[in-house]
Amino acid sequence: MSYAKALQCRKCGRESHLEPVNLCDFCFSPLEVVYDYKAMSRAVSKEKIVSGPPNMWRYRSLLPVDGEVVDIGTGFTPLVKADNLGRELGLNELYIKNDCLNPTFSFKDRVVSVAITRARDFGFPVVACASTGNLAASVAAHAAKAHLKAYVFIPADIEQSKIISTAIYNPTLVAVQGSYDDVNRLCSKLVAKYNWGFININLRPYYAEGSKTLAYEIAEQLGWRAPDCVIAPAASGLLFTRIWKGLEEFSMLRLIGPVNTHMFVAQAAGSSPIVNAFEAGALHVHPVKPNTIAKSIAIGNPADGFYALKAARESGGAACAVSDDEILEGMKLLAQTEGIFAETAGGVVIGVLKKLAVSGTIKKNDLTVAVITASGLKTPEVVADIVRPFVIQPSLESFEEVLGERAKA
Amino acid sequence: MAKRRVMFTFPPKLIKEPIIYNLGHKFKVVTNIRRADVSENKGWVVLELEGEEKEIDKGIEWVAGKGVRVDPVVGDIMEG
Repeated sequence: MSYAKALQCRKCGRESHLEPVNLCDFCFSPLEVVYDYKAMSRAVSKEKIVSGPPNMWRYRSLLPVDGEVVDIGTGFTPLVKADNLGRELGLNELYIKNDCLNPTFSFKDRVVSVAITRARDFGFPVVACASTGNLAASVAAHAAKAHLKAYVFIPADIEQSKIISTAIYNPTLVAVQGSYDDVNRLCSKLVAKYNWGFININLRPYYAEGSKTLAYEIAEQLGWRAPDCVIAPAASGLLFTRIWKGLEEFSMLRLIGPVNTHMFVAQAAGSSPIVNAFEAGALHVHPVKPNTIAKSIAIGNPADGFYALKAARESGGAACAVSDDEILEGMKLLAQTEGIFAETAGGVVIGVLKKLAVSGTIKKNDLTVAVITASGLKTPEVVADIVRPFVIQPSLESFEEVLGERAKA
Repeated sequence: MAKRRVMFTFPPKLIKEPIIYNLGHKFKVVTNIRRADVSENKGWVVLELEGEEKEIDKGIEWVAGKGVRVDPVVGDIMEG
């Protein structure tokens, strides 16, 4: 059973029923699921979690769902001790949380699995989203599994290669002839008019909660403790805030000790509204026009930016941005030290991790977790320049002529 | 009648202009402010617009044309 008791406004604190709404009716601030933690604490234990399934649903008592869940095998992804990368960066206790290894190759499966489960419970015949990548694929895949119709809105000028991994699940793909902003505006009108479950609009409070499982897994995989530092990418800021919430909940339920984790926001310099606000000492996150190769986290007006900023500050962390060149370097460094091919958002995280290590912000013996949210196979073209094969004839002579010295070395 | 929840972000040069007042007078749109933070340098206002769909669209187009950034309150919906 679910211990979710209400939706609560993050700004004014007013509570409302667990319905498909995402904004407080009074102040238009985001709503969040709140729980009966007292009852939850009686039902949750390490033993029960460990005996659960080897996926995100081992934590179902901490999620806002009842009954059968829509699961395509998400979660419990590897937490890898990154000794090679750690040596490069001078960090002795570095771990990579590799969320590339989810069914649709990104962390979005965690949030979408919860959102689509709720969409089915609410009786929505259709689920929808606007996305060009990770979210689109995950929504389409889960809708296929749940026998729900899916509408995926994309800008018309997107390259076909980017949407094949969504189209394969057979959603209704709608190419909108307009800019990203036009698609945003259209979607906010659609959600008002149609009785659809819009994954990151009216289902957003539930969608958000799925991200907490990333924190739960990190804590469990570290032997039931919170890390000293977490570096995670921020687009809308939702994932970042829910990693923080997940650690706090585990502590509150006495599954781990007190949380002293420093939370570090990682953004691309071409789309860094949260970092800008952090550096300016501002309370409000002012929107920007994104211009970066890190498309999956290029959100200029982050819905949870304010709260991500708050989590970074309150945890004694920071917010840091890296250039497109540093992103590519980060992708290559991770691949060539740990054998993990991450998408550009992963390059952002590794680039920021490097900056924080070099500046001494993260100390040599800090237990540090870098969160890698999606696979590089989603956007291989950004590192296409890496392909420089040695061309030879199919003979031993030709091989030795071109590569003889290298082979002997 | 339709309702639209939006956020206006004002650049410094527009802080002194009564844009929301004029929006309500030039177009058949009722403006209802819910949250705001305006200083001498920059400002944002979260408000609800109520009126005919087309009138809201025309009003928003006029506001954006003045140099104000207009976003859905829910933030960017399009995700990667």
